[in-house]
Amino acid sequence: MTRYLVWGASWLFILLVLVTPPAMVLTEALKDGLGASLATLSDPDAQSAIWLTLRVSVVAVVLNTIFGILAAWVLVKFRFPGRQFLQILVELPLSISPVVSGLVWLLLFGAQGWFGPTLERWNIHIAFAVPGIILATLFVTLPYVVRTVMPVMEVQGRDAEEAAVLAGAGFWQVLWHVTLPGVRGALLSGVLLTTARALGEFGAVSVVSGHIPGETETMPLHIENLYNGYQSVAAFTMAALLAFMAMSAVLLRSAPDWIARLQEKKA
Amino acid sequence: MTLSRLAFFRAGGSALPGYRLSLTLTLAWTGFFIILPLSTLLVYPWQGGPAAMLSALHDSRMLAALWTSFSCAGIAAACNIPFGFLLAWALARGHLPGHRLADALIDLPLALPTAVSGITLATLYGPQGWLGAVLAEFGISVSYNKAGIVLALMFVGLPFVVRAVEPVLRNLPQELEEAAHLLGARPWQVFIRVIAAPVLPALITGFGLAFARGIGEYGSVIFIAGNQPFKSEIAPLLIVVRLQEFDYPGATAIALVLLCVSLLSLALIGGVRRRFALWSEPA
Amino acid sequence: MSIEVCNLVRLAPGTQQRLLDDVSLKVPDGAFVALVGPSGAGKTTLLRAIAGLDGCNSGSVLLDDRPMTSVKDRAGRMGFVFQNYALFPHMTVARNIAFGLDVLPRGERPARSAIAKRVEELLELMQLQGMGGKHPAKLSGGQRQRVALARALATGPRVLLLDEPFGALDPIVRRSIRTWLRELHDTLGLTTILVTHDQEEALEIADRIVVMQSGRIMQDASPQDLDEQPATEFVMEFLGEAVSFSGEVRHGRMIADDALVLPFAVPEGVTDGPITAMIRPYEMTIKKPGSAQDVLSLYAAPRGTRNGYRHYTLQLGERIIPFYRPVEAADAQVQGVALDISRARLFRQGLLCG
Repeated sequence: MTRYLVWGASWLFILLVLVTPPAMVLTEALKDGLGASLATLSDPDAQSAIWLTLRVSVVAVVLNTIFGILAAWVLVKFRFPGRQFLQILVELPLSISPVVSGLVWLLLFGAQGWFGPTLERWNIHIAFAVPGIILATLFVTLPYVVRTVMPVMEVQGRDAEEAAVLAGAGFWQVLWHVTLPGVRGALLSGVLLTTARALGEFGAVSVVSGHIPGETETMPLHIENLYNGYQSVAAFTMAALLAFMAMSAVLLRSAPDWIARLQEKKA
Repeated sequence: MTLSRLAFFRAGGSALPGYRLSLTLTLAWTGFFIILPLSTLLVYPWQGGPAAMLSALHDSRMLAALWTSFSCAGIAAACNIPFGFLLAWALARGHLPGHRLADALIDLPLALPTAVSGITLATLYGPQGWLGAVLAEFGISVSYNKAGIVLALMFVGLPFVVRAVEPVLRNLPQELEEAAHLLGARPWQVFIRVIAAPVLPALITGFGLAFARGIGEYGSVIFIAGNQPFKSEIAPLLIVVRLQEFDYPGATAIALVLLCVSLLSLALIGGVRRRFALWSEPA
Repeated sequence: MSIEVCNLVRLAPGTQQRLLDDVSLKVPDGAFVALVGPSGAGKTTLLRAIAGLDGCNSGSVLLDDRPMTSVKDRAGRMGFVFQNYALFPHMTVARNIAFGLDVLPRGERPARSAIAKRVEELLELMQLQGMGGKHPAKLSGGQRQRVALARALATGPRVLLLDEPFGALDPIVRRSIRTWLRELHDTLGLTTILVTHDQEEALEIADRIVVMQSGRIMQDASPQDLDEQPATEFVMEFLGEAVSFSGEVRHGRMIADDALVLPFAVPEGVTDGPITAMIRPYEMTIKKPGSAQDVLSLYAAPRGTRNGYRHYTLQLGERIIPFYRPVEAADAQVQGVALDISRARLFRQGLLCG
């Protein structure tokens, strides 16, 4: 009896709170038909926003993946003074407000920032330009790969690596042939989480971007712009596209499980 | 002794290669991306002198915004505790039908970009929205006021509570309940004393995580909040407003308070975890 | 308090596989019974059924001749100790022990001071003085074991059910807690049922041993009867090392297939025909040469000493069998002309005969 009550309440809650928002995005986007919503995507500002988001995400994912692997390696495989402090530092961006994550880059590179005026003289623009967007995105997505890879590396232990070193392997060989294959799943998961976060980052980017349509507007910023301009269909179409991209990245994390299950069924 | 210890640390206490290279790169990367930017927060507010900082901290609009952020984040995190517990229980022990799908849906607020959640929640709970219209029938208005902020923060905070509680519930041995039944406990006593009590530290952790996330949340809140100064203006939004006014010290003062509070709540979570570490060990 | 189990049947959920297959058992007041058998035999299933933790498809459990239908009927009257102790990790030792009293309805619950006194008594009884304020995670395995026992005994049950209680302990603690448990049973006048897969433990501690296999009770007897008259080949093998000889009974004499084994007279009532003889390695003897012309054809090579017996391996045709001699009677080399197995039990179709 209690069990059925719990089941009913749980699903009611899930449907009302969690399922309605994505359903709403789709209905709002398709309010005037598929053709009308697709047409909004061919707007030049929309296209530029999509491209900018993709470019920024690729840079953020590539750089933070490389850094994430190295940081996880050094934090897991070695013991040195300040190791725990370093680990806390690496995870810090997770607990900082997105707006603050953007603000710090303005304080460094904005017109009133520490280095802003100097760079301005050399004609280097970071704040209210694409480099600022990239810096803010790198900051907020920094912890994901480290965080997902570290626990798996921890479980892995050092035996295999030590055996490889005794067999004469160098750092890159150990990393490439021994360590990374063992953390493949976690690495994929971390990369996909980084991607999802990079695609959808709003607060941090909003602060540093300057909101110049066609130039420094990413997809989330463009959505805000459209929504505030009462272009509901266009806003929700872009939202649907962005949500689809971010959610598929998150869902793809279980892809290795599905493949394994499919292979099991075949075998 | 000291020399050998030094040598030990020089090698990172391990015979594996790549210590210096990876440590140097990690330090350089965190130095530029974490330490340098965050040091601005600590230094910038004082550049105008302590008097300027103090006056910035006395800004009544800022205090109102901080209060809105903290109170709404607190209420939202508290509201998430019963719902989060219910969902975690249904997933971990309740044999919920369709639990695989439900499990994926729980993470949805984390996967949905905040701008998307923002405009969606604003529309959904707006006066004409699917749920807003229903609530309006009962005379409840949730958009453009604090109720809307709480609602948005509940949405983004829910996964933190569920994911903190669920593994603890899953790992509680079935025998604990059986032992309690055999010792004569009635069902509600089993629930309170043997299921809910061990989960308490996890609930506090979930609350803390959802709260920390809530005070900094921006994108999913600003569309539904109404953003009226002194009423429904959240602290992160006020940072943006101050920046638009080119009041960088004012913006930084708010940012510093937000950072301190979220670090404090995370430190508290750490403390709770250590204090109750014994509870989660199987015995 | 006596326990009676009548025709208990339990099917594995969703299948027709019988976890308990028509099990009946009578445990008189004050008895110490051990349920033994290989893993999967249904020992724990039977114990959980007696405790009312799992429902059964048919049959009943009677406590002092009154049927028990749910856990509620048993609450406080049966103490149960789980294999992994199932201590509440978030409560101190004292709160764990007091749990059964704390959850009593207000009217029946003893006063706070009375509960504290009872906890102190139990801590003393369990030799856990001063441990009341600790959390279970801080205790050793043997201490957790005793806390679990104290918790089970706090409400003053007359029946104690123990599910592999010594499984997680190291051998030395195991032995000491075993004798201590038997003393506890005698002092408190309990009726105890113990599940174990260790037959030696069972033989040492229990008055009666119930051997189970595939959800059925194979034999229910005292340790001595079990040793002298094992009901089946399985029971014989389960209780200790055994050597089996196939052969045939002809005119009241068992003639083994192996050469060099002396024929022996079988008890009356054993008919002619194929038969299996099983014997413990220490019950066999080797016949010494009677005269100089006897050919020495049996050699046993020494393999060390254990528990007062010297162990040998004996080459018997194609087979190598174990062979024990008491240390005081043992020689470095054992040689002889033939093997005497006249103390063997005889089985036909797996069942004891004669």
